[in-house]
Amino acid sequence: MSPEMIRLIANSTGETLYMVAVAALIATLFGLPLGVFLATSGKGELFAAPWVNRILGVIVNATRSTPFIILVVSIIPLTRLIAGTSIGTSAAIVPLTIAATPFIARLIEGAIREVDQGLVEAARAFGATPLQIVLKVLIPEALPGIVLGLTLAIVSLLGFSAMVGAVGGGGLGDLGIRYGYQRFMPEMMLAVVVVLIVLVQAVQSIGDRLARHLNKRIRHG
Amino acid sequence: MNAPLGYFGDQPAQRLIPAEPIVRLEKISKTFPGRDGQPVTALREIDLSVPQGSILGVIGRSGAGKSTLIRLVNGLEKPTTGKVIVDGANIAALPESALRHARRSIGMIFQHFNLLSSRTAAQNIALPLEVAGYDKAEIRNRVEELLALVGLTDKRNRYPSELSGGQKQRVGIARALATKPKVLLSDEATSALDPETTRSILDLLAKINDELGLTILLITHEMAVIRNIAREVTVIEGGRIVEQGDVFEVFTRPQHEVTRSFLGDEAGRVLPPYVQSRLTLEATPNSQAVIRIGFRGPHATDPVLARLAREEGIEANILSGAVDEIAGRPFGTLVVGVPENATLKTLDFLKKHGLDTEVLGHVA
Repeated sequence: MSPEMIRLIANSTGETLYMVAVAALIATLFGLPLGVFLATSGKGELFAAPWVNRILGVIVNATRSTPFIILVVSIIPLTRLIAGTSIGTSAAIVPLTIAATPFIARLIEGAIREVDQGLVEAARAFGATPLQIVLKVLIPEALPGIVLGLTLAIVSLLGFSAMVGAVGGGGLGDLGIRYGYQRFMPEMMLAVVVVLIVLVQAVQSIGDRLARHLNKRIRHG
Repeated sequence: MNAPLGYFGDQPAQRLIPAEPIVRLEKISKTFPGRDGQPVTALREIDLSVPQGSILGVIGRSGAGKSTLIRLVNGLEKPTTGKVIVDGANIAALPESALRHARRSIGMIFQHFNLLSSRTAAQNIALPLEVAGYDKAEIRNRVEELLALVGLTDKRNRYPSELSGGQKQRVGIARALATKPKVLLSDEATSALDPETTRSILDLLAKINDELGLTILLITHEMAVIRNIAREVTVIEGGRIVEQGDVFEVFTRPQHEVTRSFLGDEAGRVLPPYVQSRLTLEATPNSQAVIRIGFRGPHATDPVLARLAREEGIEANILSGAVDEIAGRPFGTLVVGVPENATLKTLDFLKKHGLDTEVLGHVA
């Protein structure tokens, strides 16, 4: 493998990591409160607002059912508005974030819903406010599940990021398509796939380990 | 540790029982919207008073409405009609923020403990104090006091998954006592525990009631709980109170069929199989009447059968018997057979001596 190829792979890996990291961070920032709200705003729940819950649910589902590549091109005006341009790695972060937010929200909703309702009842019984229940009971108790959800979301983002080559986003997927496929360099394709496998493995095992560390429900040792 | 171990740092435990009950339910009814649009009535016209410093047990079968009843007291449920007065305030009418404040003086423990798995024993106990806005030093002192009170000082850094059921409930009790409540609600707190652990948890509750003067309202479906700890009992069935009063009185002279059913498998209530299988409702020429005699209080130790033989010339045939304790007082049951023609005389004699009698049937 030539030094030129190695440089290309290193650059693309950097681009992928940059896009995925920033998108995951922003999507978590929006997805966490959204997920908590989805999990607590049903009828008779802490922040009961069944209509708002239903409307948000529809929006989340609609975003999640739009194929990513269609999302990327259809929000180009919005991307230009936010990132100042619709082309390049930074611009690609906008559609990645928009795709990941509802995904993360649903995963966090699921993790929060796994928390035993008895704990909410106990917290209400000793006089906790709904916000205290979220911050001191629901999120800490759901944390292992949230970490696993975010791990899954990051792995999915690594996959999504391969498609942003369509808007000049760069990254490993783009490299694989342009060199591996279009210029017919199978060794480049293989290298890209190997790097992605290593990245996914690393993210998954860090996530698993962290979740296991946080989970006090099972005895350690 | 400098802080006194006492519960109320500033006032001694109250021995006298004041006239005003600490919890009072007035004409409570509760209706839930049913699945098929048909409303379901969980409680009807419930009147209940819990005197300060007492231990009152509510016993009922599952579905009798006892869970709803106890959850009304801290406002987790709102009554459809009626008032819930706790320490002078109508819980049912309080706005949410005032209700949260009121809940700090009403502790609650649960069947499944409801501890946070992500917090250690000490951190679980600290949670209500954090929520109430105590500062760190106060929380640390209070948590130490509470750990000592429930006997878990050496387990302070253990997570719930590392504790036994009894230890978890001790943490639950400490957490419920953290904000120095005036009332403790116990929602089937021992139902998930084995009999031995149940006993130790009940002893702890009795100790807290005794030493701290804390009023305890507990609901259960277990007779053993009522018998070991409660002083007063309320029996509910189908959302109504069917019997109510001093534990010893209610369970030694049960009036309602449900109350009897709770006594069903208690010692002395079960006839030996050889009697049970031959028991008939009608007397036959050669049969004997089977009489259950209840010995309570001062008469429990009288040699009544010897006197019956000596004074009336009636020889009773002992079929089964047991001596038991209810609410700390001895209570004996004896099942005897007497000749049919001596039945009335025997019953008169026993009643004259202050004993409870019940004719169960006849055996040939």
